[in-house]
Amino acid sequence: MTDPATPAVPALELVGITKRFGDMVANRDISLQLQRGEILGLLGENGAGKTTLINILFGHYVSDSGRIRIFGTDLPPGSPRAAIAAGIGLVHQHFTLAPNLSVLDNIMAGTESLWRAASRTRQARERLRALSAQFGLAVDPDARVANLSVGQRQRVEILKSLYRDARILVLDEPTAVLTPGESAVLFETLQRMAGHGLSVILISHKLDEVLRVADRVAILRRGELVGEHAASSLDRARLAELMVGRRVLRPQRRPMAPGAAVLRLDKVDTASTHGGPGLAQADLVVHEHETVAVVGVAGNGQHALMELACGLAAPHAGTLEITGRTVRRPRAGGQHARGVARIPEDRHEEGVVGDLAIWENAILEDLAEPRFVRYGWVRRRAARAHARELIRDFDIRCTGPEQRTRMLSGGNMQKLIIGRGLSTGPQLIVACQPVRGLDEGAIAEVHARLLAARDRGAGILLVTEDLDEALALADRIVVVQRGRLSRPLAAPDFDAARIGLMMLGEQEFDMTRHEN
Amino acid sequence: MRIERRTHRSTGVVAIGIVTALLVMVALGSLLIASTGAPLLASWAAMARGALGSRLAISEVLTRTTPLIFTGLACAVAFRARLWNIGAEGQFYAGALMLAALGSGLLALPAWLLVPALLLASAAAGSVFLLGPALLKRFLNVDDVVTTLLLNFVMALLVSLLLQGPMRDPLSMGWPQSLPVVDEAVLPKLMSQTRLHAGLLIALACAGVVALVEARTSFGLQRRAAGMGPGAARFAGISATRVVVMTALWSGGLAGMAGAVEVMGLRGYVTGDLSPGYGYTGVIVAMLAQLNPLAVAPSAFLVAAVFVGADAMSRASNVPSYIADVMVGLSLFVMLGTSFLIGYRVKR
Amino acid sequence: MNDSLHILLTATLWAAVLRIATPLIFGMLGELLCERAGIVNLGIEGIMTVGALTAWFAVYSGHGLWTAWFFAALAGGALGLFHGLFSISLAQSQHVTGLGVTLLGSGLASFVYSAAVPSGGSPPTITPFAPLVLPGLGEPLLSATAPCYLALALAAGLAYLLWRTPLGLAIRLVGEHPQGAQAQGLNVVAIRYGCLCAGSAIMALGGAFLTTAAFNSFVINMVQGRGWLALALVVFGAWRPGLGLLGALLYACFDAYQLRLQALFPGIPYQVFLMAPYLLAIVAMVPIARRAIGPQALMVPYVKGER
Repeated sequence: MTDPATPAVPALELVGITKRFGDMVANRDISLQLQRGEILGLLGENGAGKTTLINILFGHYVSDSGRIRIFGTDLPPGSPRAAIAAGIGLVHQHFTLAPNLSVLDNIMAGTESLWRAASRTRQARERLRALSAQFGLAVDPDARVANLSVGQRQRVEILKSLYRDARILVLDEPTAVLTPGESAVLFETLQRMAGHGLSVILISHKLDEVLRVADRVAILRRGELVGEHAASSLDRARLAELMVGRRVLRPQRRPMAPGAAVLRLDKVDTASTHGGPGLAQADLVVHEHETVAVVGVAGNGQHALMELACGLAAPHAGTLEITGRTVRRPRAGGQHARGVARIPEDRHEEGVVGDLAIWENAILEDLAEPRFVRYGWVRRRAARAHARELIRDFDIRCTGPEQRTRMLSGGNMQKLIIGRGLSTGPQLIVACQPVRGLDEGAIAEVHARLLAARDRGAGILLVTEDLDEALALADRIVVVQRGRLSRPLAAPDFDAARIGLMMLGEQEFDMTRHEN
Repeated sequence: MRIERRTHRSTGVVAIGIVTALLVMVALGSLLIASTGAPLLASWAAMARGALGSRLAISEVLTRTTPLIFTGLACAVAFRARLWNIGAEGQFYAGALMLAALGSGLLALPAWLLVPALLLASAAAGSVFLLGPALLKRFLNVDDVVTTLLLNFVMALLVSLLLQGPMRDPLSMGWPQSLPVVDEAVLPKLMSQTRLHAGLLIALACAGVVALVEARTSFGLQRRAAGMGPGAARFAGISATRVVVMTALWSGGLAGMAGAVEVMGLRGYVTGDLSPGYGYTGVIVAMLAQLNPLAVAPSAFLVAAVFVGADAMSRASNVPSYIADVMVGLSLFVMLGTSFLIGYRVKR
Repeated sequence: MNDSLHILLTATLWAAVLRIATPLIFGMLGELLCERAGIVNLGIEGIMTVGALTAWFAVYSGHGLWTAWFFAALAGGALGLFHGLFSISLAQSQHVTGLGVTLLGSGLASFVYSAAVPSGGSPPTITPFAPLVLPGLGEPLLSATAPCYLALALAAGLAYLLWRTPLGLAIRLVGEHPQGAQAQGLNVVAIRYGCLCAGSAIMALGGAFLTTAAFNSFVINMVQGRGWLALALVVFGAWRPGLGLLGALLYACFDAYQLRLQALFPGIPYQVFLMAPYLLAIVAMVPIARRAIGPQALMVPYVKGER
């Protein structure tokens, strides 16, 4: 720990870091300090700006303004090499290990001068052995990374930084991929490191763990630093509230009586996807005239649910009914014709083809419609007219139906996607993170459209990480955690703090099967 | 300094880009001519005359344009769906061999039936050669560039094998060649006393069909979506497998037809050197046309004109005709460079 | 039958094998180096042609054989730099850039040769490498010339570089996971350029061998697809110099022995044996793709950091 007699030069100092990507501000004027031997927890929901900040620190990105000082010396921006030399080690969320190379190779690469005639493998091995023993991180140096478990790979990532004499270790969501047992071991290791004088920044969603191991916590929300507190001074409920926060008033929904079921999951199991675990024994019903929001931290099974509801996957077990039809095989193409409007999570990768014209994207889901395609021929006039209607009805700012879709701003692209889905008066709307990355004005518009559709009779399945959005729009809220869906909470019973804790895995939830 | 993508491609910038490209080409070409000591203006004039200066010249250019249109289309069609077909050369020979096999008397049909039947069969032969690599890529993620490239050499050996063996014309003296095709399968000449044959019309018709399908049909839209936005295409329910298979059939078919038409219109039989690299040049033609089917024919014409003109230039002065290869190769890089500059802007 | 087997034991056959294999080995090693750093260099055919002409021309103009080889390497490196300008800095398609380089290289070589050497008559010859007398043996082994030994040494050297030196490890990491390399502070762009230039220089030496050792003159189109075969050998050898070397020797055996193979297997035309390496390479690519052998970031253009 720090010696009271010496002046405390902070190990790390961030001053006024700001970073924009186009219109979006990822980090706004963030100033932060980290002392020697201190463990700082950096909290915030997805999109709050944590990963951007860390990437700036490590030199993957360059900030628009602001400075970084390591032990009093300015850090040259934009150079991972400089960051490493200054003693920063980053354990990336998505590991930067080459699966085809061995553990030792991955750790040694770049550590010796490239002009050396022979690698000092023996010495490296020794050093690695010593570090493993010192910090309790056992690895087999000759194992191929592809054969390692996730927990083992993380150990290698950490050892990479320790091998390079990191004095500041940053871990980005380290426990997202670990079992509780592995997490406990990790935290022991972190405390050991802090005892050796290392400073640690721990980025995590999991409040319990962060509070257990961190000395202080800093909270980011929407790119800004909203609080810095000693860990012991906070209780969990207050922390959850700080993280999800209060926002601008959104269109109010009026209560309506739900109608027939438009989406039904009955004891559904699905396979895991690259986005996270599959669903396990999931029950869910969405009725007409209602919005059901499924909230949870990213990577808890939302992706599997989304693929299911959008017709891209079929359940392994259990029954799935979409607009009254039982789904046994995936059929993404026919969904719109069957009365399902879909808003995908990533509008650039899944929603539109950027290089196609607006009118082409407008009919992309409807290529089997005789209205737009007759005998294999595209009816351009009808398609363009349709696009013009969408542009008018949904206020899409563009130069016309011929414009290339990649030119649209995020909000307008989202309006196009929503518009093409809603234009046929669907029975079910599946919306995944519909307002991610949009500005306040666009958010309000999108929400207004969704509420209007619900009033007209659609049922909405809203999958979101934004609790605020769920609270504003939903008639019922379901929490998803590790592939399990909770019992739905009805609108009058919404308790933001409690739901927040359920999302973060703090509070066990009721999984009993719900009626109708 | 950073490089940033331009948001608008104004016609002004594009026009400047094209003019710059042409100027650079003329400058580089002049450098090459000057290096041999030949007179600059006279050489350029000889090239222009040799390519466009007489009926015979234009007919020769058009004759060489014909196979390039086919292979250019084949490559454009494939590349637009992100299928890297470098095997047009092999598919060319596949079509030629199929034509020779069926067209030298095996099928007894009147001309108006025989020609389409032969074209179809040759297209099928070409398609088969591309289907393998395409499926390997789709399902097993095997690199299509290397597989299609290697198949070219397999095909060349196959041609040598067949021409020296079962398909050899016993009456031929000297180099091995196949039996000549029957008269009904020979394409009529478009211009008397020239080599220009009706294959050009077939090629242009194909170009028209390709352009139409790409721009106007649902299939064309699906292909472009699958090529440019595979995630969104999957989300919209477009079947990637179907797109890959149809693209392979289409692209391989066009390359196969190139070989067939060349035999039916020019030689009448297959030899080992039937193609002076039309398959590879097709890649260049397609790239110069920026993969736009409507631009393939003019692009093929330009490339053929450069080659024919260079031949004439080499006869008139001391400039070797290989200047054409160099210029076409350079034009590719000039095109890559200018399209980069058009698409991006340097920011401070 | 016995005659054919007997021929297998003659020195002339193995001398032919070495002569056929050596340019393939150079080409294979050069391409291997490029691909280990993540770049497919389809310009190999053109670069070998340029190397062939440069070496021949240098000797024809009065320079020594090794000086000529130095120039050939330089020319190859220059083409590699040109390739990198488009494929790395401008992030254009590696495939298109490579094919352009092949076209440009072959065309340029043919152009320069035709301009410099008057046509008609047989191509002018130079004095090629003589078989090297090994100090211990007192006579040449299998008529192997000095460059043959260079090729073998280069194969060993490249293997040592890739697996025993920090630079080699850096190269392999760049080819497997450029973001990971960046995270270790390595300069991915510089390493890619370096490998592309060095690899192209080595490829060019393969061409140089053709005009200064295997034969003694330059003929247009003399590379005859050896470049593409070298490409296949890289895959076939699973991106390892030792296996690629064996593959080259195996192919050379088939090629040298082709007419005799016809006698040995009368029913099978010799072309089938020549097809075998290409087909085997394609077949070999399937398990390689599935088991993710080979540089995983091959052909993926590298764009630093920014979203």
